Amino acid sequence: MKETKPVMSGAEIFFECLKREKVEIVFGYPGGATLKIYEKLYDVDFLKHILVRHEQGATHMAEGYAKATGKVGVVLVTSGPGATNTVTGIADAYMDSVPIVVFTGQVATHLIGNDAFQEADIVGITRPITKHNFLVRDISELASSIRKAFYIASTGRPGPVLVDLPKDVINSVCEFEYPEKVEMRGYKPNLLGHQNQIKKAAERIRKAKRPLLYVGGGVIMSGGYRELHLLAKENNLPVTMTLQGLGAFPMSDPQSLGMLGMHGTYWANQAVNNCDLLVSLGARFDDRVTGKIDAFATGAYKIHVDIDPTCIDKNVVVDLPIVGDVKHVLAELAAEISSPPKIEEWWEQIHKWQEECPLHYEKHDGKLRSEFILEKLSEFTKGEAVIVTDVGQHQMWTSQYYKFNHPRSHLTSGGLGTMGFSVPASIGAAFAIKDRPVISISGDGGFQMNMQELITAVYHKLPVKFIIINNSFLGMVRQWQELFHAEKYSFTDLSDSNPDFQKLGEAFGMKSFFTNRPEEVDSILEEMMQIKDGPSLAEFRVEKEDMVFPIIPSGATIKEMMTKRLNPKEMI
Amino acid sequence: MKHTISVLVENQFGTFNRVVTMFSGKGFNVHSMSIGETESPEISRMTIVTEGDDKIIEQVVKQLNRLIDTIKVVDLSGSPKVERELALITVFYQKGNRADIISVSNIFRGNIVDINNKTITIEITGPPDKIEAAVNVLEGYGIKEMARSGTVALKRGEQVKGDKKELQQNNIQV
Repeated sequence: MKETKPVMSGAEIFFECLKREKVEIVFGYPGGATLKIYEKLYDVDFLKHILVRHEQGATHMAEGYAKATGKVGVVLVTSGPGATNTVTGIADAYMDSVPIVVFTGQVATHLIGNDAFQEADIVGITRPITKHNFLVRDISELASSIRKAFYIASTGRPGPVLVDLPKDVINSVCEFEYPEKVEMRGYKPNLLGHQNQIKKAAERIRKAKRPLLYVGGGVIMSGGYRELHLLAKENNLPVTMTLQGLGAFPMSDPQSLGMLGMHGTYWANQAVNNCDLLVSLGARFDDRVTGKIDAFATGAYKIHVDIDPTCIDKNVVVDLPIVGDVKHVLAELAAEISSPPKIEEWWEQIHKWQEECPLHYEKHDGKLRSEFILEKLSEFTKGEAVIVTDVGQHQMWTSQYYKFNHPRSHLTSGGLGTMGFSVPASIGAAFAIKDRPVISISGDGGFQMNMQELITAVYHKLPVKFIIINNSFLGMVRQWQELFHAEKYSFTDLSDSNPDFQKLGEAFGMKSFFTNRPEEVDSILEEMMQIKDGPSLAEFRVEKEDMVFPIIPSGATIKEMMTKRLNPKEMI
Repeated sequence: MKHTISVLVENQFGTFNRVVTMFSGKGFNVHSMSIGETESPEISRMTIVTEGDDKIIEQVVKQLNRLIDTIKVVDLSGSPKVERELALITVFYQKGNRADIISVSNIFRGNIVDINNKTITIEITGPPDKIEAAVNVLEGYGIKEMARSGTVALKRGEQVKGDKKELQQNNIQV
């Protein structure tokens, strides 16, 4: 006898699929096209729905949740403006390979293309910024599309997937069957690296005199940090990390050289420039890392491990590509190396560079500086907190002064550089992370880009610590204006146009702090850490015109690295 | 250098658009792009003529492969292949030169598919360079309008069968 399948509505199928995908939390905002889903949601008890205040906030929350946990973040919004508001978050997730699935409502199929109320071609709009997207045109395709969406988002090189759900599809009924396996002949990520290539790489590492591991976000995403640790420790290899890679290897370990690239440490960049073997692990040779391509690690034999073949030879042509899951390749690589390389001289040289030009800032003039706050924060939390930064100077200072000791504890918008990321992303992370403090760090500019979500944190009593490093400027842009744009401070001065952040925090119902004095930083941080039944906010009013050093100007080489503010004569 | 790339894609809503969007988004050149059915109804074949150095072509092929809906990507350049393009060319004629135009058409093994008291429409099929040659000659008479199909291409001989086998195997393996 034929097995009978249950007949379900589109909305019921939708939630049944989320249940099978073990979704625990959805960030969303209801609207006309998703009313039926929200009607059904009323009876759903296996997941938590978080009502956001703006759909962009929902996508960043889903990103924060996904980056902190490694699980897929889920967003549910309505058609038209609801859908278009997710675009920045989707683009952000695409650039940083964050697994999220965005469900958008859509007008009924017979109205598509008619300029119907709240209609937007979101599948067309998001095609270049999603790993894949679906327009579900018939209810018979609903379950399989959702199954594929989660599979595509979370496997291979992760990324955002959008599923567009027309209203009539959601309202109609169909027999429900959840596909056990995903069958896509065009999508089969290659997980195992090529054996011979791995053997060659191991041999190169064994023989290297000046090796360097260049670690990107891929090591964290693949869960390969234990394997990385093993490989680095057993062979005494120096490790430098990209912005997204911070935390993949403990930064308090002496083998960590910190971040490389434009605002990376002097010694990490010197090491890149002078190494004879560069092993790139889950990183993509971004222009903020390489600077001038022709001058990047010119003397090095380059090995590139990445799961995405398009990353290989895209920016920098490498000598030995290994396409595969970096966790798997790292494990094989560690097992394959018969004896550690002899690199004492190399380490001596690196230590010399470290002494030559350490990170520094003015500590003795009594003024409050961002670097000081971040250094304090690092000491205070012992590198154990989940730090969610926004975009700009504070983000770079965090990468320099906060000693990340764990993977998935540094969440930031790297590739797209989305201001307004930190506030919602920290909220998304805080829904999942309960055993460690979640700290959002923003500048005064970026904070104002998604501050509507503060109420989401207050309402859900999430103990996020919102820290605003307020220099009354769009500081990074100001820095570039000073250095490269004739000191024309065009529209970057917010001194007269910033709100009172402390009062703002209080209006949202948060305990809020303010200081512009270094000696008060400790006590404020301490008090914030004690607040566990809801969010708190602190505005640190810092020096207005401090700059992030070192800096290698865009497209330049380490020779052009500036390590301190020069007077105008020196600059020429 | 010009490359002819053959791409098998899922015959699904929006697939063509995905490929086009990828090309424009990545700034790759496209000389022509054609799409049509294959022997299997759920698969379409796109033939793309693009241009670039080896590094760019490598990226083109990788980026095509990266799209979820692409099943197989083959750069046909350098392997034996059959390439064809179809052109419809409408040419002005005067009393005295109608026969000349028809003889040009014959030389290129074209067909006269339409004629009225001012113009004559010729259908020419062949490799892209043959079409170019015909267009060059016909330009002398005054071309009123022209439509070209873009190149379609297949590998020659045994390899085509191999492709098919591989595809079928893929189907079973999945």
